[in-house]
Amino acid sequence: MQTAAFEVRDLRRCYRSGRRTTPVAANDGIDLDVPTGGVFGILGPNGAGKSTLIRQLVGLLRPDAGSVSLFGQPVRAGSRTTGGLVAYLAQDEPALDEMSVVAAITTTARLRGRSRSDAQRLAAELIDELGLTPLAARTLTSLSGGQRRLACVAVALVADRPVLVLDEPTTGLDPVARRSVWDALSRRRREDGTTVVLVTHNVLEAESVLDRVAILDRGRVIGCDSPGRLKASVSDEVRLDLVWRREPPADDPVVAMLAPRSFRDGSRWTARLGHAEARAALDHLIAGPALDYLDDFTLATPSLEDVYLALGGCDDDMERA
Amino acid sequence: MTELRERVATAPGSASAPSILTAAAAVYAGQLARVRAARGPLLFVATLQSLGIEVLLRGVVHNDGRSTAAAIVAGSTVLVAAFVGLNLLAQRFGALRAGGALDYYAALPISGASVVLGTTASYATFAIPGALLTVVVGTAMYGLSFTYLWLAVPTVIAAGIALSAVGAAIGLVLPRPELATVAGQLAMTAALFLGVIPPGHLPVGVRGVRDVLPSTYGVDALAAALRGHPSAGGQLWRLAATAGYAAAALLLASRAFRRSVDRSHG
Repeated sequence: MQTAAFEVRDLRRCYRSGRRTTPVAANDGIDLDVPTGGVFGILGPNGAGKSTLIRQLVGLLRPDAGSVSLFGQPVRAGSRTTGGLVAYLAQDEPALDEMSVVAAITTTARLRGRSRSDAQRLAAELIDELGLTPLAARTLTSLSGGQRRLACVAVALVADRPVLVLDEPTTGLDPVARRSVWDALSRRRREDGTTVVLVTHNVLEAESVLDRVAILDRGRVIGCDSPGRLKASVSDEVRLDLVWRREPPADDPVVAMLAPRSFRDGSRWTARLGHAEARAALDHLIAGPALDYLDDFTLATPSLEDVYLALGGCDDDMERA
Repeated sequence: MTELRERVATAPGSASAPSILTAAAAVYAGQLARVRAARGPLLFVATLQSLGIEVLLRGVVHNDGRSTAAAIVAGSTVLVAAFVGLNLLAQRFGALRAGGALDYYAALPISGASVVLGTTASYATFAIPGALLTVVVGTAMYGLSFTYLWLAVPTVIAAGIALSAVGAAIGLVLPRPELATVAGQLAMTAALFLGVIPPGHLPVGVRGVRDVLPSTYGVDALAAALRGHPSAGGQLWRLAATAGYAAAALLLASRAFRRSVDRSHG
């Protein structure tokens, strides 16, 4: 039986922007089990409550109600035990500003209990592993956004914690850096059995690296399973993407049928249709006068974004790339 | 489950939470690296400001005003620590808190006290060279006694830690970084006026305020040394009072640290 690293039960946390304002539920009764030794993703649009959830996972935020346990022990705000087991990467690390990359990694290793010589050795190894050698002596403020993010990932990885909780670890990274981060995470998972919990907006990335994913919307988990099984749950549908060159002909019956059923992003229409319905619509569009209005089209099997929409997600903030 | 717990317990690094002093030393070293790179100009300004006050007031103080001269040099010296510790550290912690940067420390297996202690010590350290330069230049400029000048070293260290600890508490307790900046600057201004002006020249009501300032005891200890006849008991009492302020402010800042983390939004 696979054991849970994190067990989350009925977790609730509200924010109030002022004394007289109505509290907004960032987490509204979340139940989750994060299995040990896998890569667990938390996916959802901006404001879904992802960062609030992971800050509670690592004991940085006290829940209003509910509980979080780590390897069977309750996670408490300020607990040094949690800090001993979990490495946390926030969306940004301004505390490390004005430190050099090597100093930031070495300092973090020291604060995780490593000796000075050990910390220096670990920092050198990580800098080499993530390809940070040319940047090692530079301060974090002098780096580009992607370079800085990579340096912060190195800070999170140093001194090998059994659990990594990473808030958007690959945001802003170029493909080479992104690959080196995933390689580093895979290596730790394979060799040390490290559990990885990560927040991402990137649907394609989520589909390729996650063992299991929880989809959040307005503070609630609206789906939680492996990406494959989640996508299979909506496999009776396909996604039809249409990119219009100019305003599509409203009098075309297929355009009229698609118009109210599509999510629109500029000139792009995205609709989820049954297999036969999608095939018929596409046949009609490419055989008739509407083809002159079309710039591009795609017929694809469901992505996690489609799962999110099918499960009742209300926002279109999730990224495809 | 037992096997898992054993694996977790023996995982590299998982059982190794550093002691408070080890963690404070690591924070101190990290802050030194940071401050060395980024705060050089501000430290220069802090020293230049105090040297400027000494030069300015040299023109209005007569050679026979030994007590006044000692007060000016002592006040200017402690002002360097007030600028760096009170002003800069209040701003620093206020900004860290507002930016959610305290999460970095709070997610590590260390206590808030070690973060406050390490950061406070690093800012106090950076005040020392400027403060010592100020006291040496001032002593020479005003013709004061060099005999007990060595007392400037423990005095400046104690005052630096106390004022930095107060700065840390201001930055962590006040709810907004703008308020922390204003409060830090007001406290530094109080240290300037109530430190440099000899207590005998102050209105009676203001003397009470002077007595509760954490910088006062350091100023008085240094002024006594510069006058050339410090009493051991008096010096010990003043250093103890300064250390008391430091301990109280460190305690307050450490408690505020955890509250600051939990109150910031995710």
